[in-house]
Amino acid sequence: MGVEVRRSAQGLTLELSGEWGAGELTRLEAQLAAVDVRAAGELRIATAGVTRLDLSGAWVLREFVRRAKAAGAAVSFQGEPPDQLRLIDEALQDAPAAATPGAAPGAVAEATGALSAIGRYAVGAWRDLLLSLAFLGRCTSSALASARGRARLRPISIARHVYDTGITAMPIVALIAFLISVIIAYMSAQQLRGLGADIYVVDLVAIGVLRELGVLLTSIIVAGRSGSSFAAELGSMKLNEEVDALTATAVNPYEVLVLPRLLGLAIALPLLTIIADLVGLTGGALLCRYLLDMPLTQYVSRVNYAISPSTFWVGLAKAPVFAVLIGIAGCYHGLQVRSSARELGRQVTLAVVQAIFLVILADALFAVLFLKMDL
Amino acid sequence: MQPALQVQGLVNRFGEQLVHDGLDMEVQADEVFGIVGGSGSGKSVLLRTILGLQRPQAGTVRIDGSDITRLSEAQLRPIKARYGVAFQQGALYSGLTVLQNVQLPMIEHLDLPPAARDELALLKIRLVGLPADAARKYPAELSGGMVKRAAIARALALDPTLLFLDEPTSGLDPVSAAAFDELVLYLQQHLKLTIVMITHDLDSIFRTCNRVGVIVDKRMESDTLERIVDYPHPWIQAYFHGERARARAGAAHGT
Repeated sequence: MGVEVRRSAQGLTLELSGEWGAGELTRLEAQLAAVDVRAAGELRIATAGVTRLDLSGAWVLREFVRRAKAAGAAVSFQGEPPDQLRLIDEALQDAPAAATPGAAPGAVAEATGALSAIGRYAVGAWRDLLLSLAFLGRCTSSALASARGRARLRPISIARHVYDTGITAMPIVALIAFLISVIIAYMSAQQLRGLGADIYVVDLVAIGVLRELGVLLTSIIVAGRSGSSFAAELGSMKLNEEVDALTATAVNPYEVLVLPRLLGLAIALPLLTIIADLVGLTGGALLCRYLLDMPLTQYVSRVNYAISPSTFWVGLAKAPVFAVLIGIAGCYHGLQVRSSARELGRQVTLAVVQAIFLVILADALFAVLFLKMDL
Repeated sequence: MQPALQVQGLVNRFGEQLVHDGLDMEVQADEVFGIVGGSGSGKSVLLRTILGLQRPQAGTVRIDGSDITRLSEAQLRPIKARYGVAFQQGALYSGLTVLQNVQLPMIEHLDLPPAARDELALLKIRLVGLPADAARKYPAELSGGMVKRAAIARALALDPTLLFLDEPTSGLDPVSAAAFDELVLYLQQHLKLTIVMITHDLDSIFRTCNRVGVIVDKRMESDTLERIVDYPHPWIQAYFHGERARARAGAAHGT
């Protein structure tokens, strides 16, 4: 199968056989590369045994002929050279181009009564539940396929999403964390000063930021930034039939679109949380220094005293969970977009609202869980 | 000889709405088969069903003999590599250049060195009549006609034997449309492709199609072009002998 070389007095005869198609390309190229064209002198190519020669196969053959000619061999075909070779020559010579754009369709409206609206809502909610279960199932199966090495992880794509959702969010996250810690410190200082319990301002800031506010506010910002961008990106790809085009080429859209986003966000959000914690504590320190005239060393030692070893980890552990919730809400609603730009806007809104809701709900559950665990 | 594409007893239903009710269709190898039908007659649904983008309620769709409605995703993979699709709006991946668009199926299905991939993709781009500098452009920078050509280049990426075109000439001016029909014929003859195309364009049908299938009453009537124009069904009569068709025939006789 492929290439058979015969040596004669004048030179080489290549007998080509079997399928010369796109799927065989690497093997064919390797076989042709193994032919020593410099020693050939005269090279005859017999294509009678080829059952199918497609454009890719013809291209490999053409490249080989060019290489052989460059090496000084006299190349000839037994019988007519394949038609496909001429086609490639023609295509690569010159080609004209044509132009004109198309038109866009409009939107549709529908009437509603109160009762039918309720019914429609109930049916919609039920269908939404089923669809989201299907979505979760597909995400899970794609993730498992990747984990078992049956599907590809896309590191470049993941890195892009870490950048888009993490690195570019750093300034706003840092700013919000700083302001929040200032607000907590300022408000608690006002109350506690009257009691002479200034020192507890530090406890409030440290525990509040590390345990709850750092991760929660970061997640809410990210839900607004990235949850919406996921939904809008996937939604417009859906409108553009790009998702269908992926499916039709047997590429799993969950594997190339959804998983990299979820993983990217799951990497970025904990990192952002650490930054928020750091900036939050710094903000508290500044306020204590200038508002309460507390020396920095005292602030640091009080922070050390106030927090337990687990405080930081309790906050950080929530980050990847929140990240996955945000990513799922964004990607799910993006993929629900159908047929119109209006639908896109609606789904993006839903994605953000749902992401924030899920994050806060999960935070409440974590609070109860950690209480039960005595953390 | 085994048909390249065979649809039997296809039933598609969305809720109350019955789109196809026992539709049969057969496409032989090396022919250009045109699918026509009124708006909303289910041409796109038929195409989506054949492509495996949606499962029918009943019926079979055989591509090269294997029934794609019964196959799993993994079993479908090699079959999908054997056909190419050019969607109506092009459906080019907007984040990738034309060259990357053509390469994507190669990256997913073939194990090729990057240099060979570049040259093969460029060959496909030149083959459909796009200038070489179009390869570096993004889909948003292309005109409607170029998008359609780029979509065909991508559909040809894996050297398929079967090519689906969804309204290839819609949105093109008559001159570009004629040039596009020439391209379709050129590719069909030289690459020995089987082409299935959905179209509204009468000129396009008469220029390119060997056989035509008309979707009427949720089924398909198919025959050679010469014979189908004489079918008695009112829609077929209206389509081939209506005002626009007469204008076309008149213009053809006039010149």
